[in-house]
Parts: sequence; structure tokens; C-alpha cells
Amino acid sequence: MTEPLSPDQAARRDRMGILARAEAAALAALMPPAPAHRMLRAPEVGAVMVRGRAGATGAPFNLGEMSVTRCSLRLETGEVGHSYVQGRDKDHARNAALIDALAQRPEGAEIERIVLRPLAEAEAARAQARAEKAAATRVEFFTLVRGEDQ
Amino acid sequence: MYVAVKGGERAIEAAHEWLAEERRGDTALPELSVAQIREQMALAVNRVMAEGSLYDPDLAALAIKQARGDLIEAVFLIRAYRTTLPRFGGSEPVDTGAMLPDRRISATFKDVPGGQILGPTFDYTHRLLDFKLMAEGEAPVARRAEPRGEPCPHVLALLDRDGLMEPQTPGEAVPPDLTREPLEMPAGRPLRLQALTRGDEGFVLSMAYSTQRGYGRTHAFVGELRIGRVPVEMEIPELGFAVEIGAVELTECETVNQFTGSKSEPPQFTRGYGLVFGQSERKAISMSLVDRALRWEELGEENSGAPAQDAEFVLYHCDNIQATGFLEHIKLPHYVDFQSELELIRRLRAEALGQREAAQ
Repeated sequence: MTEPLSPDQAARRDRMGILARAEAAALAALMPPAPAHRMLRAPEVGAVMVRGRAGATGAPFNLGEMSVTRCSLRLETGEVGHSYVQGRDKDHARNAALIDALAQRPEGAEIERIVLRPLAEAEAARAQARAEKAAATRVEFFTLVRGEDQ
Repeated sequence: MYVAVKGGERAIEAAHEWLAEERRGDTALPELSVAQIREQMALAVNRVMAEGSLYDPDLAALAIKQARGDLIEAVFLIRAYRTTLPRFGGSEPVDTGAMLPDRRISATFKDVPGGQILGPTFDYTHRLLDFKLMAEGEAPVARRAEPRGEPCPHVLALLDRDGLMEPQTPGEAVPPDLTREPLEMPAGRPLRLQALTRGDEGFVLSMAYSTQRGYGRTHAFVGELRIGRVPVEMEIPELGFAVEIGAVELTECETVNQFTGSKSEPPQFTRGYGLVFGQSERKAISMSLVDRALRWEELGEENSGAPAQDAEFVLYHCDNIQATGFLEHIKLPHYVDFQSELELIRRLRAEALGQREAAQ
């Protein structure tokens, strides 16, 4: 096992996950004005090989690729933001990297409040809606009791 | 001899123009958008993603539109596109046990923790054409219920706990990748599973069906079938730890197979496994049956000579792009090849006729 993450690393992992799973348009709508920054790696479209495990828990195997766009940039104030987001939307990747960088600044709590929390809530609402529809299709078995068995 | 023949360019250009016009169809009707295909032809999109081996619903929908609905042609387009993408890395193996399932059923146990969840299934429909869909109506709305928030552990883990299931070790080896190295025999299980998950659904289905009909019978029960989204995690080189980079919808099928034991293994239940991009239930079940049939050697079973037990036969023929590439190339000009055939037949005929005349 790898060593446990520091609180900063854990926060960054959570944040990058929220940004990657967010809908690109929802993130774009929440973006604050972009601060001055320089691209370290302009948004680049590529693929990641998704792996599964034989029998769900056995040896890893290659399932197939997914499209991913990544971006790295540095704010004028020095913070470096990274993003790896599903799909081929370069604006999504750039916005995610900007938020990753901004969240490291003193105003990080504000970024959390105006961008990350609404995205996390939207994601939770989507998951809840599917879970509710799934719950409605859950089978409630009941057994008929026949007279002669009593 | 190689003879360059020119003169086809104008005909080819005209053919492509006509193809584009035919693709559009009757212009009195609205054009189909890629987003409409993605949302309303979702299972075709899933199939193109699975066999194209690239999870990207928008691109799969575009490929279906461009291919006029020919799904193998669409898979071809996706396969060609994915070769242009740089590979950023490989994900951590996805944890299907943590899936919040849209659908989750077991054919082996009625009462399973987390329950039997039917999800948006064609099962129990009457397979009668629904003429209401020919008219535009109000958007249907699914009913909802309060989720119980129970965990949904893998059903086979229950048998595993009782020691009745063949043991399974996680292993952390980087799996071989048939998109990077040519597929060679003997192929281990990770390579076989990769070939099967991107294999042609019809081919894998027929191979699975053949085992049910007795050609390499495996006595399969669907221990569990589940469909839902799982997050995909990858270690980011710049950071040195793993983050989620997105989520994919998967269908997973685990079969429980009766097994009376062999020279090397005690009587126990054995496993077949299917995992496929998207909601692809038929494919996932088929894959798990074929996976189990191909495991005869490692389980010390008898090779009955059934096609589904022949890894070389199954794996070298399940890829519909390789198959269609080789099959369809025979319609392209073979003028010189055929010229030599023609000369050979003429000579043989002349000899045969000459001998007959001489004998008379």
C-alpha cells in the first residue's frame, strides 16, 4: 500500500474528482473570472486504458480506453493547477485546472463554496435520482401460505 | 506483376457525394443530431463503445450517424480514431463492488443483501410493437422510491465466504495489452478477457450459446448481473497519487459454474466473468460463459474439442474489425491475381481436353 495522503493531498484528490466528474457546462457556468495564468501544458486530448479485474477481485485486465483531456497551468501568483477530465472538452480541462490552482490560494474556501460544493451537490442529486428510480424497481418478494401447510 | 490502374478518382468522388446524400435521407424530414443518437439510441452507442474499445458516448453517436447505422462500420471509425490518441496511462482496476447499481439481479439467490433491482430492462416486456412510439407523446416519467442505502456486495462473495467458490487472488501485475502487442497463443486469462470484451457481440453470443447446447458445456448460473456507473481512478504522474478522472457505465456478469473436481482441483463452484462498457447485458453474459469455457485447461478439465474451448479459434475470430477487414477486402480489385487464375484454369482445361482426345 502507498502511504496515506496528507490533508492537502486528500483535499486535492477530492477536488480533482469532483471537477472531472462534473458536467462541463455546469463548471463553465460557475467559473469566476480567470486570473492571470500561463499554460504549462495546453489542454491535450488523449486516452486512458480502463482496467477491470477478472472475477471482480482477481487479476487486472484491460477493459478498453476512455477519452480524457488534461491540462496544467501556473497562476501569476505561483500556484500550479492540474486537471484530468473525462471526454474531449478542452474548456472543461482548462477550467478544472484553473479551479485546482485557485483552490490552493488563500481564497480557496470561497472557491470551495461557489464552485466545488455546487458541483458536488449536483452530482449527488443525479446519483440520488437514479437511486430512487432503481429503488422503485426493487423486487419485494412475498410468499403465499397454502392452507394445508398451516 | 503490379499494374497501376488509374481513372477511378472521379467515380469515387461521385460515390462519396451520393453516400453523403443518401446518409441525409429525405430532406423534408429533420436531420438527426448526434445528441439525439447518444440519448435515444443509447444501447447502439454502448455497443459501439464496447467493440470500438473507447468509452466516449458522443464519438460513438457521431460514428453511428456517419456509418448510417452500420454498427460494425461505426466500430471501425472508433477504432481508427482511438489510434490517434496519445495514451496518458492505465487506470486503477475499477471497483465494481462499490457500484451504485441501476440494475442488479441474481439467478442463484432470491434474497441477497441490497436486493434484486430490475432497473430499466426489456425483461418482462411482451415484445409487441408499441405503435404509440410512432406518435409524439409526452415524455414518460419513471416512478421513484426511497433508496434504502444498503450496501450491495457481490453475490459470489457470499459463496466465497463459505469456501464453496474457487479461490481468487487479486494480483497487481500490469496486464498484457493486445492493442500494443500482437495477440499470441497461449493467451492468459487477462488477455482473453480483453479480447472478449471488445469482441463482436454476435460472435461471442453464438460461442456462448454453443456451450449451452452442449459443445463444451459449463453448467452456468448467473450468480449476479449488475449495471451501473463506477468511478475511474488513475495515478497522476505530476502528483504521485491517484485521483478520479471520470466515471463509466459498466455491465458485469459473474457466473457460478458447477464443477465436480479434477485431478488438480477439488469439487467446488468455479467462475466465469464478463465486464463490458455500457448497458450491454447480452454481451456480458455471453462473455462470462465463453470465459468459463476457455478456462478448461487451468481447471484441469477435459478438452472435448468444442469450438468454445479453442482459445485460438475464439480469440482470433471474435474481432469484427479484423474479420470485416479481411472479408471485405476480397471485393477490391484483384485483377492481376485473377488473371493468373484464369490462365491456370485455361491451361489445365487445355491439358485435360488434350488427354481426353488422345484417349479416344
